[in-house]
Amino acid sequence: MLAYVLRRLLYAVPILLGVNLLTFLLFFVVNSPDDMARIQIGVKRATPEAIERWKVDRGYDKPMFFNEAERGTAKLTDTLFFDKSLRMFALDFGRADDGRDIASEILERMGPSLAIAVPTFLLSLFASITFALLLVFFRASYLDFWGVVLCVAMMSVSSLFYIIGGQWLVSKLWALVPISGYAGGLDSFRFLVLPVLISVIAGLGSSARWYRTIFLEEISRDYVRTARAKGLSELAVLFRHVLRNALIPVLTGVVVVIPLLFMGSLLVESFFAIPGLGSYTIDAINAQDFGVVRAMVFIGSVLYIVGLILTDLSYTLVDPRVRLA
Amino acid sequence: MNTTRSKPAASLPPRRGVRSLRRLGGLCMLCAMMSACGPVLNDPYPAAERGENILYTAFTQQPKHLDPVQSYSEDEASFLYQVIEPPLQYHYLKRPYVLEAGVADQMPSVRLYDAAGRELPADSDPAKVASSVIEIRIRPGILYQPHPAFARDDSGALRYAALGAEALRAIRSPVDFAETATRELEAGDFVHQIKRLASPHLHSPIFELIAEYLPGLKKLQAQLLAEARETPGWVDVGRFELEGVEVVDRYTYRIRLKGIYPQFLYWLTMPFFGPVPPEVDRFFGQPGMAERNLSLDRWPVGTGPYMLVENNPNARMVLARNPNYRHDTYPCEGAPGDAEAGLLDDCGKVVPFVDKVVFSREREGIPYWNKFLQGYYDASGVSSDNFDQAVTMTSHGEVNLSEDMEQKGIRLLTTVSPSIFYLAFNMLDPLVGGGENASAADSDRARKLRQAISIALDMEEFVSIFLNGRGLPAMHPIPPGVFGAREGERGINPVVYRWVDGKAVRRSHDVARRLLAEAGWPDGRNARTGEPLVIHLDTTPGGLGDKARSDWLAKQFRELGVQFVVRPTDWNRFQDKVRLGNGQLFFFGWNADYPDPENLLFLLYGPQGKVKYQGQNASNYVNAEYDALFDRMKVMPDGAQRQAVIDRMIAIIQRDAPWVFGFYPKSYSLQHGWVHNRKPGSIVRNGLKYQRLDVEARARARMQWNAPVRWPLAVLVLALLVIALPAFLHWRRHEHATAVRVRATGRGD
Repeated sequence: MLAYVLRRLLYAVPILLGVNLLTFLLFFVVNSPDDMARIQIGVKRATPEAIERWKVDRGYDKPMFFNEAERGTAKLTDTLFFDKSLRMFALDFGRADDGRDIASEILERMGPSLAIAVPTFLLSLFASITFALLLVFFRASYLDFWGVVLCVAMMSVSSLFYIIGGQWLVSKLWALVPISGYAGGLDSFRFLVLPVLISVIAGLGSSARWYRTIFLEEISRDYVRTARAKGLSELAVLFRHVLRNALIPVLTGVVVVIPLLFMGSLLVESFFAIPGLGSYTIDAINAQDFGVVRAMVFIGSVLYIVGLILTDLSYTLVDPRVRLA
Repeated sequence: MNTTRSKPAASLPPRRGVRSLRRLGGLCMLCAMMSACGPVLNDPYPAAERGENILYTAFTQQPKHLDPVQSYSEDEASFLYQVIEPPLQYHYLKRPYVLEAGVADQMPSVRLYDAAGRELPADSDPAKVASSVIEIRIRPGILYQPHPAFARDDSGALRYAALGAEALRAIRSPVDFAETATRELEAGDFVHQIKRLASPHLHSPIFELIAEYLPGLKKLQAQLLAEARETPGWVDVGRFELEGVEVVDRYTYRIRLKGIYPQFLYWLTMPFFGPVPPEVDRFFGQPGMAERNLSLDRWPVGTGPYMLVENNPNARMVLARNPNYRHDTYPCEGAPGDAEAGLLDDCGKVVPFVDKVVFSREREGIPYWNKFLQGYYDASGVSSDNFDQAVTMTSHGEVNLSEDMEQKGIRLLTTVSPSIFYLAFNMLDPLVGGGENASAADSDRARKLRQAISIALDMEEFVSIFLNGRGLPAMHPIPPGVFGAREGERGINPVVYRWVDGKAVRRSHDVARRLLAEAGWPDGRNARTGEPLVIHLDTTPGGLGDKARSDWLAKQFRELGVQFVVRPTDWNRFQDKVRLGNGQLFFFGWNADYPDPENLLFLLYGPQGKVKYQGQNASNYVNAEYDALFDRMKVMPDGAQRQAVIDRMIAIIQRDAPWVFGFYPKSYSLQHGWVHNRKPGSIVRNGLKYQRLDVEARARARMQWNAPVRWPLAVLVLALLVIALPAFLHWRRHEHATAVRVRATGRGD
């Protein structure tokens, strides 16, 4: 297994290089270093001299990929691409264009993002699997029919509606929790309860329907009939046997998401003023801050790759027949 | 089988009981946790802050720079102007805006000198003035906020001047240092900051502008650049001389400018010219500080009424009262109407009134607005989304608060901002501008075309539809309240308006069509070739030229028979087009730096041409007479002579119509009844110290408006039980069912 993990990690290197290259190219197709300088200095009085000085100071005056003025390896290393992108492989994220340290900014914002993402993830998983299993339990009955109708209705509504409606109902009309804001420690509970609840409800319809489909496929297998024949209650059959055997497709969708929880949620964090990572990339794109954009894309890619490896590893835990070689 | 199946049924009551108990327990715990939050449950602030004299407000954009040498945006001004005190300030209440001494002892004297160094009288011919000297004396006894950079050890050396990595390990903000101290404000601190304008790493946005007037600033930058190349890291600007600035004594410094620049006094109201103590600069320049985001850019240090004690631009910023703040009092004079509005009630009282100001980050308008209505923000703007809820407009265009707002005791404050939004014609474009080397006839035709378009684009309608009336149609570049703007008949743009029955009336489309025909485009067709006239608007998505507005513009052009094409592009390309002169018609705007006509009329000054000089004249308009008048006007003192020159300049641009003079935006602001002394005026940015709160009234209102409604929770639980009941019955039926129907005898079929 170790060899498999090492091999997958080695595969990750060219993938990350490619992602970096793409990010670099896409960013600089849209934004030139001059544009970036103009944003930072302020459009109002940005003179060509000031723009040039900013570029020199921040290293954006270098050639993109190949520096003909240099000798030897410096032809490749004394370039914008090497300087701004490849250093990240050493986890050196550098500074944002406004001078703030990107690594410490990410660490600072990660806590609030996780505070909302982890409970949402766990509760969503629990609620949708339970709901889906119950639908399977009530299959072919009017409860199943109306349950599916409810799922379709829930997934047809925009998550923005859940957020605005939830804020209006729970915070404004009933005045039970703050509309938005965040606090650390135990006090965070009253700020997180509504966004978590809304996120769980907003995601319930689609995921419950997906899990229901998986479980329905499993319910007609021989081992299920055997379990019933042994006299097990239907709930025990569903929760002990069907759920365990249906875990592979469930894990495929779930485990890969776990590392990405760090990245936060844009919409929920924005509306509930949670100071997380959700909006960091968007803010950086708006501010044309390449430093932050490349760092966030890089971290996102790394986390996604980690998620995929973890998914593969999780298969071996739930299905002894799976071997990673 | 029956026995096996009856087992769960037998054990059901206790399990259901346990489950119910758990549910109830959970509910109780939730209620208990909510109750622990206090009498209102939706208060977003810590319980410890209840009843405190704290002003709560919000910010939507995070501040990029708080270093006084870099900060140049309105978002940052809300914080920085409360911390940094420049030598001069604007009177809080008087309108038009009046300059007064800030930390300066009195308004500085400006002395003029000729090339031989002889002093000239104040009304000298500007051409003879070689330099002007501004001498500023600051008030003695002003102290800085407590800060670790001032702390000294027993030997008198700075305690935190040589910190190693170990000492900084647990430090996240200046508040984390064990010791703080203060010191008196000195003239040298202002000189130090002026030198920082030249720092090659700080990229001051006004460096180029000030370097034009301040001798030696460019040379200093070259020296600092050379020093930075040799010794990486922090560069002590104090070691270098700056020709145009000198410290006269402990409390006096002198600035010598090239020529004459009366507007320089306005710059002295901005943090660019505030004090920065060298020891603070050195403190933040130590290795390891920047890695912890410890810098002047995040933690400004000053003598102002407040000091920044929490800086989390992603969540909240907190200003606390500076315990060392000087004796400062509320003004006793104001503009007409201020006394009636209660704005002079606190005359002579010591400021600041508020102990703390908490700024919370709100990215979205809906929660911001709702929290204002709940009383958790003391003031709010009025966005288009909530305009109808907040404001009603009478048929005469009068603006009133809605009934709901009035019942809550909310007050509406309006003011016209010293800004202008306009549609600029690119004068280098052959069609609308006549081109660079246009003949007189071509120029005349292009002028008539611009005049026709200016008449056709009904800005009154634009303001009414797209801004809910929050703007005044502009007649020229100078907004009301700034010297040079005239009211009444003399203030209208005679090319576009007529004065009828005491008000300005837009000229008819017939006039526009006639002008269009004279321009060679009768009914929007080329008089010679019959080709249609096509006008192109360059715009950015989400900008003033977005879809709805573009459709409206197209309709206006159709009235003249002119075809209208929108060329949307991203912001960078749009800027490129303007810079390279490739646009034809585009929306642009300007917020005045200071309330002087020079800062607005220069937007059409030839040597400010965007294409040729990379200046601020985006339409690349050139008129020799206008430029000559501008040169005269900018050095004149306010008065009848200056007004006459301005009148002539305005007449020239109204005739030439290089812009469709769009509108001056009106700022609408709401405040709760418990907020006092709030006077809008975007040029006065240090006004927080004058605001006062009635904390008890706020607490009462919050209690009243936010009484929790708990019964929906019980209804919700009940509803869930009702939903669960059929499921439970189904489950029970399922568990009790047999594979085959059982008869009463117990034998199967």
